[in-house]
Amino acid sequence: MTSPDIAVAVDRVIKRYGSVTALHGVSLDIRENEFFTLLGPSGCGKTTLLRAIAGFEDVTEGRILLKGQDLTGLPPHKRPVNTVFQQYALFPHMTVTENVMFGLLRKGWSRPEAERRVRDVLHLVQLSDFAARKPGQMSGGQQQRVALARALAPRPEVLLLDEPLSALDLKLRQAVRMELKALQRETGIAFIFVTHDQEEALTMSDRIAVMSAGRVQQVGSPREIYEAPVNRFVADFIGETNLLDVAVQSISAGQANVLLPGNHPFTCPAAAVVEPGAGHLSVRPERISLCPEDQGHLRATVTGHTYLGTDIQLHVVLVDGETMSVRLQNAETTLVPDTGSVIGLKLETGAARLLAD
Amino acid sequence: MAGGASSRIYEGAGLKLMLPSWLVIGIFLLAPVAMMAVYSFLTKEFRGGVIWEFSLAAYDQFFFDRGLFGDEAPTIEWTYIGIFWRSIWQAGLATLACLLIGFPTAWFIATRDPKTRSIWLFLVTIPYWVNLLIRTVSMKFLIRDTGPLNEFLLALGVIDEPLGLINTNFAVQLGLFYSYLPFMVLPIYAAVERYDFSLSEAAADLYSGTWTTLRLVILPVVKPGIVAGCILVFVPSLGAFLAPDLLGGAKTFMIGSLIEEQFKGSAGNWPFGAAASMILLTIVMCVLLVYARNQNKGETR
Ligand SMILES: Nc1ncnc2c1ncn2[C@@H]1O[C@H](COP(=O)(O)OP(=O)(O)OP(=O)(O)O)[C@@H](O)[C@H]1O
Ligand SMILES: [Mg+2]
Repeated sequence: MTSPDIAVAVDRVIKRYGSVTALHGVSLDIRENEFFTLLGPSGCGKTTLLRAIAGFEDVTEGRILLKGQDLTGLPPHKRPVNTVFQQYALFPHMTVTENVMFGLLRKGWSRPEAERRVRDVLHLVQLSDFAARKPGQMSGGQQQRVALARALAPRPEVLLLDEPLSALDLKLRQAVRMELKALQRETGIAFIFVTHDQEEALTMSDRIAVMSAGRVQQVGSPREIYEAPVNRFVADFIGETNLLDVAVQSISAGQANVLLPGNHPFTCPAAAVVEPGAGHLSVRPERISLCPEDQGHLRATVTGHTYLGTDIQLHVVLVDGETMSVRLQNAETTLVPDTGSVIGLKLETGAARLLAD
Repeated sequence: MAGGASSRIYEGAGLKLMLPSWLVIGIFLLAPVAMMAVYSFLTKEFRGGVIWEFSLAAYDQFFFDRGLFGDEAPTIEWTYIGIFWRSIWQAGLATLACLLIGFPTAWFIATRDPKTRSIWLFLVTIPYWVNLLIRTVSMKFLIRDTGPLNEFLLALGVIDEPLGLINTNFAVQLGLFYSYLPFMVLPIYAAVERYDFSLSEAAADLYSGTWTTLRLVILPVVKPGIVAGCILVFVPSLGAFLAPDLLGGAKTFMIGSLIEEQFKGSAGNWPFGAAASMILLTIVMCVLLVYARNQNKGETR
C-alpha cells in the first residue's frame, strides 16, 4: 500500500472526542520532500490531524504510517517528527541556543556535535546574532524562526507546522512564506503545514488537502484546487467565486451543456459526479469580461462597485435575480460602467465549471 | 518589567500615592524592628523590662560563656547556637516535607478543570479557618499515647504499645508541616496554573520523556512559585514556637520558644530576647538576599 516515496500515510483515521467526531475517516498520502498543506475553515480538524501525526492524540480508528512504519501507540517523544507550534511554545527559561539544542541532547547527540548543528541551523534561519538571547527578548518573527530552528535541528523525517505564521503581521507573513518554502527545498524533508489562509496555501504548497467538517474534500496541486474544484465547498473556500444555478442538459466526456440564466446555452467542464438536472456553475470573478449587452453569455444590471486597490469589484444582478461579482483590473484604461446600466458578461474559456454539491 | 511608559506616567504622582504604604511599613514594620534593635543593646531589668543603659551583654550572653560568675576567660557558648542550628534544620526539614507533598497537591489542583479547581483550593484552606493554637493542640490530642490515632492502631492490632509520638522531633515536624502546608500549595498552584502545557508538549515532541520534561522544563518554569512557597514555609517555621512547645519536649526547643520565654512573665530577659530576634532576623534577611540575587540574575541574563 505504501510505496517508498510516501513519507506519511494517513489511513482511514477517525478521531472522536466523546460525542464529537473531529475526523471522519481521513486518508492521505504525503510524499517525501513535499510541501503539503492542510487547508480548511476553523474547526474542520486540521490541528487534530496534525496532533495525531505528532502523537499528542490517539486516533480512535485507523492508523498512521511513517515511511511504512505503523506509529500507533508510539508516544510523541519516540516519533521522529518535530512540530512548530502555533504559539511557538519556546522554553522561556532557556536561551535560543539552549532551546535549539534541547532536542539534539535528548536524542543523544554529543555536545560538540550538537553545538555545531545549532550554529548551522541558526545560520540557516538567520539568527546567529541572537544565540544568547531569551525568547522573551525577541520579536514575534524572530521567535517564529527560533521555533523553526528548534524543530529542524534534530533532522526530523517530517516537519509539522500548525499555523506558524498566524501570529505575524501581513508584511512579515509574506516574507516568511518565501523563506519557509526555500527552507523546505533546502532541507529536503516533507513539511505538513496547517493553515486556514487560502492565499498562504496557494503560494507555498506543492499539494493541498482541503478539509471541511472532519473530511478531506479534495487533494491536489494549488492549480488543480483553484481551477478544478470538485465541489461547491472547495470552489467557495478557495478564492472567490460566483455560484450560479443552471439547468444541465447533457454531460459527455467531462463536458457539460448547460442553460445559463437568460437561456443562453453554454459548454463547460464538469466535475465527475454531476448528472443532468439542476447544477451549480462556478465562475471565477476575474475570468469574466464586459461587453455590449447583446454580445455576452449573460445579461446583467450593474448595482454598484467596490474599490479594492489592485482591482475594482463590480456588483451585478442577472435577469433571474441572482447576484454576481466581476473583477476588473484597476488599469488606467478600465471603464467602470455606471450603476443601473445594463451590460453583457462574457465567460472566458475555462472560467466556469459545473460542480457537485 | 512591564510597560516603561506607564511607570513614567506614575512617577510624578508616585511619592504622594505611596505615602499610605510608607506609613504602614513605617509603623508596623520599621518601628518595631528599630525598637527591637535598640532594646537588644540595653541592660536587663530583673523583673522584665529594661534599664536605659547601653550594654553588649545580651549578644555576649548569646555567643560567649564566661562561667557562672562571669569572671572566666570567654569560650564559645554552644547552647544558643545549637538551638539556632536545630531550628534551621527543623525548619528546613518541614519545608522539604511541605514541598514533597505540596507540589503534587498543587499540580493536581491546577490540572483539574477550572470549575472544580476552586473547590479543591477551598478544601485545602478549610482547616486554616481555625486558629493555629487550636489546631496545634488538636494535633497533640490526636497523636498522644491515649489519643485516637494510637487507640485506633492498638484496636486494629497493628501495634502492641502506643507509638510514643509526642515530645519527639517527628511530632514537631508534623506540627510545622500541618501549620504551613497551604503556604507551599498556594504559590505553587498559582505558578502551575499559569504554566503553558504546550511547553510540555514541545518537550515531548523534542524526544524528552516525562521525568526529563519535569526536570528540565516544568520545574525551572514554575521555580518562582516553588521558591516563594519554600520561603513562606521556611521563615515562619524557623520562628515557630507553638508546635515545638506543644508537640515537642525539652530536646526539641526551638528559637521561637527561646525568644518567647525571654518576654514571658518576670523570669524573662528582654535584651537577650531582642538580641536573639535580631540574630534570627539577620539569618532570614540573608536567605532572602540570596534569593533576590538569584532572581535578578535569572532575569537580566
Ligand atoms: N480536546 C477536545 N475535546 C473535544 N472536542 C475537541 C477537542 N479538540 C478539538 N475538538 C473538536 O474537534 C474539532 C476539530 O478541531 P481542530 O482543533 O482540529 O480544528 P482546526 O481545524 O485546527 O481549527 P482552527 O483553524 O480553529 O485551529 C472541533 O470541532 C473541536 O471543537
Ligand atoms: Mg487548529
